[in-house]
Amino acid sequence: MRKILVGVKRVVDYNVRVRVKPDGSGVVTDGVKMSVNPFDEIALEEALRIKERGEAGEVIAVSVGPDDAQQQLRTALAMGADRAILVKTNEVLEPLAAARVLLAIVQKENPDLVIVGKQAIDDDAAQTAPMLAALWDRPQATFCSKIEIKGGSATVVREVDAGLETIEVDLPAVFSADLRLNEPRYVKLPDIMKAKKKPLDVLELAATGVSAAPGLKPVLTEPPKPRSKGIIVKDVAELVDALKKKGLV
Amino acid sequence: MSKILVIAEHDGQKLNQATARCVSCARQVPDAAITVAVLAADPAAVAAQAAQLAGVTEVVTVAAAHNAHALAAVLAPQVVKLAAGYTHVLAASTAFGKDLLPRVAALLGVPQISDAMAVVGAYTFKRPTYAGNAIVTLEAPADKVLVATVRSASFEAAPGGGSAPVRAVAIEASVPAHTRFVSVSAATSDRPDLASAAKVVSGGRALGSKENFELVFRLAEKMGAAVGASRAAVDAGYAPNELQVGQTGKIIAPELYLAFGISGAIQHLTGIKDAKTIVAVNKDAEAPIFEVADIGLVADLFQVIPELEKALAK
Ligand SMILES: Cc1cc2nc3c(=O)[nH]c(=O)nc-3n(C[C@H](O)[C@H](O)[C@H](O)COP(=O)(O)OP(=O)(O)OC[C@H]3O[C@@H](n4cnc5c(N)ncnc54)[C@H](O)[C@@H]3O)c2cc1C
Ligand SMILES: Nc1ncnc2c1ncn2[C@@H]1O[C@H](COP(=O)(O)O)[C@@H](O)[C@H]1O
Repeated sequence: MRKILVGVKRVVDYNVRVRVKPDGSGVVTDGVKMSVNPFDEIALEEALRIKERGEAGEVIAVSVGPDDAQQQLRTALAMGADRAILVKTNEVLEPLAAARVLLAIVQKENPDLVIVGKQAIDDDAAQTAPMLAALWDRPQATFCSKIEIKGGSATVVREVDAGLETIEVDLPAVFSADLRLNEPRYVKLPDIMKAKKKPLDVLELAATGVSAAPGLKPVLTEPPKPRSKGIIVKDVAELVDALKKKGLV
Repeated sequence: MSKILVIAEHDGQKLNQATARCVSCARQVPDAAITVAVLAADPAAVAAQAAQLAGVTEVVTVAAAHNAHALAAVLAPQVVKLAAGYTHVLAASTAFGKDLLPRVAALLGVPQISDAMAVVGAYTFKRPTYAGNAIVTLEAPADKVLVATVRSASFEAAPGGGSAPVRAVAIEASVPAHTRFVSVSAATSDRPDLASAAKVVSGGRALGSKENFELVFRLAEKMGAAVGASRAAVDAGYAPNELQVGQTGKIIAPELYLAFGISGAIQHLTGIKDAKTIVAVNKDAEAPIFEVADIGLVADLFQVIPELEKALAK
């Protein structure tokens, strides 16, 4: 296989306690720590391992987002991606638009495999992989926990509700990485220095011909309903009493 | 009037309860006619179950050998054909629905609402983002088909008692050969299903080993409860992956959720926010799980579980 393309989305770091803006227009992102979507680190790690096994020639990290997403792409390059592409836009794209942009890059680069995250932890949409696969008219394997490349096809283990499902798909294909696919490597300081010299191409969203206009109108963003304050019991007997009172045991 | 197509999830014999919850969501759409579509090798048994769900107007079946296993790439072009004339296409936000519906939406050229948790109007739904920390109300255009996955935990299962007619349809859609089912390793157990159980006993990293996690299984069995686990417990191999509760595991809404040795990371809490009663047992009084617990007990789980077993045996 020649090339693997990996989606790298810049998102609010998973440790940040996200707050809703008082006017209901969205969440507070100013001054908030941003990171590579955790599932995308897993996607990238898998691509790097496939390459390190000698089964792929090149790993390309692609991000669709603001200029600052270059930071996340530099992280991807430091992890080991060979080059990176930023499709620049200040608009927040829906997954369908993100998939269309990725398709434009796919058509230019002709990768044998695209690996994205199972979901972005900001929109929690989990749509991009199947959407890209549909638009590209290629197989998809979502929620991968194991990937084996066998020449022109791949055997993939998927995390489904019942347990684990194994499917076989012809390449090229789109995979989405689940948590247990691998544990991403840590970036070492010399790699960060090396990453500065790796190519990072920036192009404008307009160059892909994809519209950023949202298909769904967000009318309100609100915090979840708070749960009512609970009680603290001092021992098991009190716990059982409390449960009995609620008719739960 | 809304014409809603609900894609049934099943294993060839049994309709998944998540579909009944999806039908409940559809019933909340004003003035809706609800069709359940069953794509299977032999849809008869599943179709009969779907026909009994209250509120279902019609069941359509697509019988084909290639529908023996739910492969999104195979099902999506058929669902697209079926969707003609409908205003909404819905499926449960399970691994099945999350795999299939975005592929359908992209083929239809429309966006998707993932994890719909409340119906505001025929084209307006609420959904959680940021691990449930921000709830967004989204308005979809009324001149396009609305594709959405439905968060099971937010809707009760539609009751039985219906008797909708079942109609077989033939679909001319070229299904790809590029995706092939190999096998599924379903952990067969007599325990209640985590996604729909009324009671769930859950364990975290604190259990410390696979052997110790047996404590959780045993208590669950005594209580007739399903078993859940935090990601840390699953990653450490104490519990199988399909038991993970949370943002990236299962989102559940049992009557009772008992958490033992789980700290309460936001990614875990998002999976249990809709539980009616949350009980937390944790050694650390400062653990964030106590912020959402209805009943908290600051104690060592290795003492509490055996005591609880004894107290419940009485
Ligand atoms: C992208 C992403 C997605 C994630 N998705 C999920 C998800 O879906 N589900 C999920 O659960 N997590 C998820 N996580 C992980 C999450 O952030 C936490 O790391 C995880 O939930 C911690 O599990 P835990 O509470 O079992 O372990 P810990 O956080 O280590 O907590 C263990 C707790 O046990 C207590 N304890 C220790 N000994 C005892 C004892 N003897 N008796 C009583 N209490 C004791 C401790 O006080 C502590 O509070 C995700 C993380 C990321 C980055
Ligand atoms: N703007 C983006 N830039 C790069 N990759 C993206 C973008 N949006 C989505 N993806 C990829 O698609 C995955 C799923 O995203 P989502 O469908 O939004 O949950 C992410 O984990 C990324 O790998």
